[in-house]
Amino acid sequence: MSAQDVSATLLAPTRWRAWEFALWAVLWAMPFAVPQHAALINEIAILALFAVSLDIVLGYAGIVSLGHAAFFGAGAYGAALFAKHVMPDPLVGLAVGTALGAVLGALTSPMIVRGTDLTRLMVTMGVALVLLELANKFDDITGGADGLQGVVTGPLLGMFEFDLAARTASFYSLAVLFVVFVLLRRVVHSPFGMSLQALRDNRLRLASLGMSVNARLAVAYTLGAALAGAAGALLSQTTGFASLDVLEFHRSADVMLALVIGGAGWLWGGLAGAIAFKVMHDVLSAFTPQYWTFWIGLFLVVLVLVGRERLLRPWTWFGRGARR
Amino acid sequence: MLTLLFDGIAYGMLLFVLSLGLAVTMGLMNFINLAHGAFAMAGGYVLVLLMQRAGWPFLACLPAAFAVTAVLGALLERTLYRRMYGKPHLDQVLFSIGLTFMAVAGVDYAMGSQQVNIQTPEWLRGRFEFGSEAWTLGMGHYRIFIVVVCVALALGLQAVLSGTRFGSRLRAAVDDPRVAAGLGIPVDRVFLLTFAFGSGLAGLGGALGVDILGLDPSFPFKFMVYFLIVCAVGGTSSITGPLLAALVLGIADVFGKYYVPKLGGFIVYVLMIAILLWRPQGLFSRGGSK
Repeated sequence: MSAQDVSATLLAPTRWRAWEFALWAVLWAMPFAVPQHAALINEIAILALFAVSLDIVLGYAGIVSLGHAAFFGAGAYGAALFAKHVMPDPLVGLAVGTALGAVLGALTSPMIVRGTDLTRLMVTMGVALVLLELANKFDDITGGADGLQGVVTGPLLGMFEFDLAARTASFYSLAVLFVVFVLLRRVVHSPFGMSLQALRDNRLRLASLGMSVNARLAVAYTLGAALAGAAGALLSQTTGFASLDVLEFHRSADVMLALVIGGAGWLWGGLAGAIAFKVMHDVLSAFTPQYWTFWIGLFLVVLVLVGRERLLRPWTWFGRGARR
Repeated sequence: MLTLLFDGIAYGMLLFVLSLGLAVTMGLMNFINLAHGAFAMAGGYVLVLLMQRAGWPFLACLPAAFAVTAVLGALLERTLYRRMYGKPHLDQVLFSIGLTFMAVAGVDYAMGSQQVNIQTPEWLRGRFEFGSEAWTLGMGHYRIFIVVVCVALALGLQAVLSGTRFGSRLRAAVDDPRVAAGLGIPVDRVFLLTFAFGSGLAGLGGALGVDILGLDPSFPFKFMVYFLIVCAVGGTSSITGPLLAALVLGIADVFGKYYVPKLGGFIVYVLMIAILLWRPQGLFSRGGSK
């Protein structure tokens, strides 16, 4: 095998496939095709961005986090307050939300490199809870339990006003998701992304190869936090509202659920999961508004019992694969 | 002041009984069971149902709550939990969150979403007062009852753990399940019994706590963090660790909510993060190989 062949083999997974182009074309066509569901598309795009950010932390770096809403909430409040008190431009606000998430992630990353899974679980959840308590206490800034109202986002690029039908919002969120997706695709196939996956699978071996495990974990965590902040910023900008709800525990649980449905450890997982989760949510809550969490719970239990990785491989459900 | 301290101790003892089962599950099978609160809720609702619908006396309901949740725990362990032991922590977390979702929605459906109350018997109402002014110690009868029950339970458990054959088997299995199995200890059965007993304790704690903690379908999520804090801070290798952690947590929570009510759980969470950063394996763990 010549050197050229080797590099071709190594680069093969990084190349864009035809189906990926096709899927993105479909996603971009959605707001045109069903403009009446633009608000739902916006929500899905935001959840997808949030799930992709968790994917970096959980799927690639292998950090079990139950407090990812901390960064989402930080981004949401950051962008909302910025729009209200400084300037209403959405892109600058998005940058502020992202930066806030990144700073918070960088500050808390030393906490997640130590200890066991249980410790990490507790610390991540603890950070989210502390933020929730703070947001609740400083209600003169955050609006407390009533939420922060009167957030007016200016027109996108100075041209497109955010309308009630959420058409602009859906394009805006889709565009951000697309840019992040393209960038992350580079990142996860870069040597850095490879080292993250190796580290998730065998931390000890990576350390003995002379890589700084903690530094890489911290960078991955910060990256995930920044993107979660961006997702939060999108939410508060497109809805013109931020409330304590963005920091609640169920946000962290929902996004983990969405990611797991789509499959952690590949970027499309976050997107597929967000779509599946939102659609499932809509269908179930139309069918049984109060008790839809029961069916979500049942789905989770069955999913884990059957095996997460088999959900996306229907051919293993029956026959020899199923009896394994 | 002293009254607060006493209330904190009573609260802490309650948390201890509620979380002990979780500590053992984590220590023994390295299993992160977020659904533990669901068992506590089950115990609480058993008590409420028996007292209100069937008219049982309070004291008879407590053992019933224990028994029902213990059987429920044993059933679930046999059918579902057993398959999860070897799986990664992420799977366990998802599985137990799923179970909790189901329990919350199911109870909501069956019992309604409002908070339920019980009438504690006459002899458990009222309170003693000692001392004067700043050093007044007021002890509610119900809280004294809780402390007595919980101290008795803790002493009894300690005696069982250190004095009986089952206790030594359990400790061996917690320290190293593989070697214990190799020595012929039926780790499976030890675990089934322990899980059932731990669930039963949670049920008993839930039943005792109806009057103090309140009970509604969101109970498992509201108190999940507290149980986890007790286990993470106290470590899972002994009974004294969770006991001390629960007491500290109970006292800190009661004092915090009394003196700085706006900060609410803030103090507790910051304290937990600080302790976990300082001792990632928990305050009272030995070494920490896992």
